[in-house]
Amino acid sequence: MSDPFLIIPCSGIGKPFGTISREATYCVVEDLKKGETDTICLSLLVMGDEDAKLRVRSHRCIAIDGCPNECAKRNLELSEAKLVANFRAVDILRKNRNLKPKNVTFLDEDGRKLARILAKKIALKADELNHKGVVS
Amino acid sequence: MSTPAIGVVSCSGECCVEGTISRIATRFVLEKLRPENTVTICLPLFSIGEEGERTFAKDFPTIAVEGCEKRCAGNVIEKFSGKTARSLVVSNLLKKWGVNGTGSRRELNDEGKKAALKVAEEIVAAMDDILQEVDDRT
Repeated sequence: MSDPFLIIPCSGIGKPFGTISREATYCVVEDLKKGETDTICLSLLVMGDEDAKLRVRSHRCIAIDGCPNECAKRNLELSEAKLVANFRAVDILRKNRNLKPKNVTFLDEDGRKLARILAKKIALKADELNHKGVVS
Repeated sequence: MSTPAIGVVSCSGECCVEGTISRIATRFVLEKLRPENTVTICLPLFSIGEEGERTFAKDFPTIAVEGCEKRCAGNVIEKFSGKTARSLVVSNLLKKWGVNGTGSRRELNDEGKKAALKVAEEIVAAMDDILQEVDDRT
């Protein structure tokens, strides 16, 4: 089995994007790619926790950001992580303008739909990256 | 005179249910309990050099809402901006209240939502305490 990916979502709580990025992460880690992926708290990296830094340097990481500030991606870069891909919830929203998430604290149905779309993209990317690593 | 703004900074805590309670409690304060003077700040913005966040936390009192004893929020604020005015640790509060079975990190159950509201009330009490101190000084 391939080395597990670390999926690291943004921790934004001001807009629905952060909540969508977290729900998408849980959907991958707990449902779609259970056992093949894991997550860690972004705030540990922000604080400079040594164990967290070692983990992101020794595993392939996928950053899931909410907004264009790209806090997850940029904090992974600052931690010299093995960053292999990144996604932004705001881009998923732009491609699905019929969905209009409003709630931040508890996602509404449109927010959940967007999270599922994002989660499928992350899972596909993990498959693609694993496939690339296989020598036939 | 308007009420002074207070920053409430939640740990991100994606890995544990206490982190989820921290974030939801912070949202309850912002949405329901003290919308007029609560400012929430995304913790990761501090380290990527966002001056707005750093300056706000230097100029206004902040409350760190921590999921666990690692106290990421408080440590980050103190590293980039200065001392926090108050700090709450959700795991300690849950232990003190004897609360168990709050649901998962992904989705709080009713017990978890009640606990988040109680944490939100603790944040409000800390805000009132800070405002009283400001009042006493002026």
